[in-house]
Amino acid sequence: MQTEIIFSGFGGQGALFAGQLMAYTALELDKHVTWFPSYGPEMRGGTAHCTVIISDEEIGSPVVTNPSVAVVMNLPSLDKYEPLVKPDGVLVVNSSLVDREAKRKDIEIVSVPANEIAEEMGEKRLANMILLGALLERLPILPADKVADALDRHIPEHRRSLLEPNLVAMKRGASVASG
Amino acid sequence: MAKELLKGNDAFAEAAIRAGCEAYFGYPITPQTEALEHMSKRMPELRRVFLQAESEVAAINMVYGAACAGVRTMTSSSSPGISLMMEGLSYIAGSEVPVVVVNVMRGGPGLGNIAPSQADYNQMVKGGGHGDYHPIVLAPATVQEMIDLTVEAFDLAEKYRTIVAILADGSLGQIMEPAELPPMQPVRKLKDRPSWALTGAKKRDPNIISSIYIDPVEEEKVNLRLMAKKAEIEANEVRFRELLLDDAEFAVVAFGTAGRIAQSAITEARAEGIKVGLMRPISLFPFPYERIHQLADEVKAMLVVEMNGGQMLEDVRLGVEGKVPVSFYGRMGGMVPMPEEVLEEIQKLARSVKN
Repeated sequence: MQTEIIFSGFGGQGALFAGQLMAYTALELDKHVTWFPSYGPEMRGGTAHCTVIISDEEIGSPVVTNPSVAVVMNLPSLDKYEPLVKPDGVLVVNSSLVDREAKRKDIEIVSVPANEIAEEMGEKRLANMILLGALLERLPILPADKVADALDRHIPEHRRSLLEPNLVAMKRGASVASG
Repeated sequence: MAKELLKGNDAFAEAAIRAGCEAYFGYPITPQTEALEHMSKRMPELRRVFLQAESEVAAINMVYGAACAGVRTMTSSSSPGISLMMEGLSYIAGSEVPVVVVNVMRGGPGLGNIAPSQADYNQMVKGGGHGDYHPIVLAPATVQEMIDLTVEAFDLAEKYRTIVAILADGSLGQIMEPAELPPMQPVRKLKDRPSWALTGAKKRDPNIISSIYIDPVEEEKVNLRLMAKKAEIEANEVRFRELLLDDAEFAVVAFGTAGRIAQSAITEARAEGIKVGLMRPISLFPFPYERIHQLADEVKAMLVVEMNGGQMLEDVRLGVEGKVPVSFYGRMGGMVPMPEEVLEEIQKLARSVKN
């Protein structure tokens, strides 16, 4: 069993960190995992994405053309990854930052107004965790409580005050996805 | 020790520290800069030497100096930076001092880009600097191998008094995977440094380390010694990993990242009933010519996959000696082949042989 997840957005939205958090969780569950970031001259405001592969067996290629899951945090990411998700896969869309509906009929679309929820919570930077919470609710690749444990262990010290809001954000995302 | 989620660049840097590396010299360049950053933090903490040189030319000559003093030393860089080091590497080879160099290759030629590439195969494996010399070249395909081969590199460098190069690529530098670091080895004490090292000639005759032999008769002796060392390394240090070759009709030969991408393609091809396996050379020098030669008796055709225009391909063909057809698939300039592309090449190969 292998699941490939692409997390994509603008630099600064936390796509890379959300992917890393999944990788830390997978490691702690003794699964095989790879986290491969886009890296380039782009920084905040540019595009940033990562590919996370979680598997029960040794992982060959750390890159894939057709992921099982894409979490798209902005319009360029939706345009790029919507056509690439495997049939029967999952596409999580940050509906706050896209001005169109996803068109695919052969995949599951989870639409979450992540930026609006984050702003309501008073912390714009939580959008990534809201989307991750929504994804895990719809496709339980990793147990949400284990992700929370991993976050507790790996959140940078200077961001520790954001631990609790991050956990709440995941739950908010999950409730949108289940509703 | 437990597995941790480690980035390739951090992992090989920490592995070097744990292997007893006492002095690191380098200059930042993407996609290997995290290694330099890691060293800049950890080496002073451990009261060891970290020095960011003014250029790669300076860095490799500092490494040369440290190696002459018999300390475990290394540098790391990426393609254009490694090109700048070639003169120093040739002097190091001529002086027969142990040095570890890591090349996290990127797209070229020229300034190129920072995306993953394997286009420095010829440069690293065939020498690169002037003169007859062959560094040991090891090609990891996972973060764990980045760690294990770096530790081994220090031992091999000292065993043979040679350069050992780790040939990785931008993808391996940037990827994070679970991996296990080795225990910390203590730094060697001054009295335990090798007998040939320049440690201050107190109560002994002076040691001389040089790469200048004005008399060709003497220089030829040095060259003959280097060739004898080459033969010894070829006899003892061949490394490779094979997968699903037992009943294979076809073999894919690929190293490093191209090797693990080919591994995914092979799994797919097997699911379609194509009997194909993977031969992944880990030591690029010494190259596993003998095993490739044998393999040519076991399979009907081979496919070489590289992230370059076909460099290791020439070594595979030397090993095959024309016994079976060898085809090639490569992406260049920082492009990484996708498993589907490799699968298509495997399918083509299978069809061409059946027809």
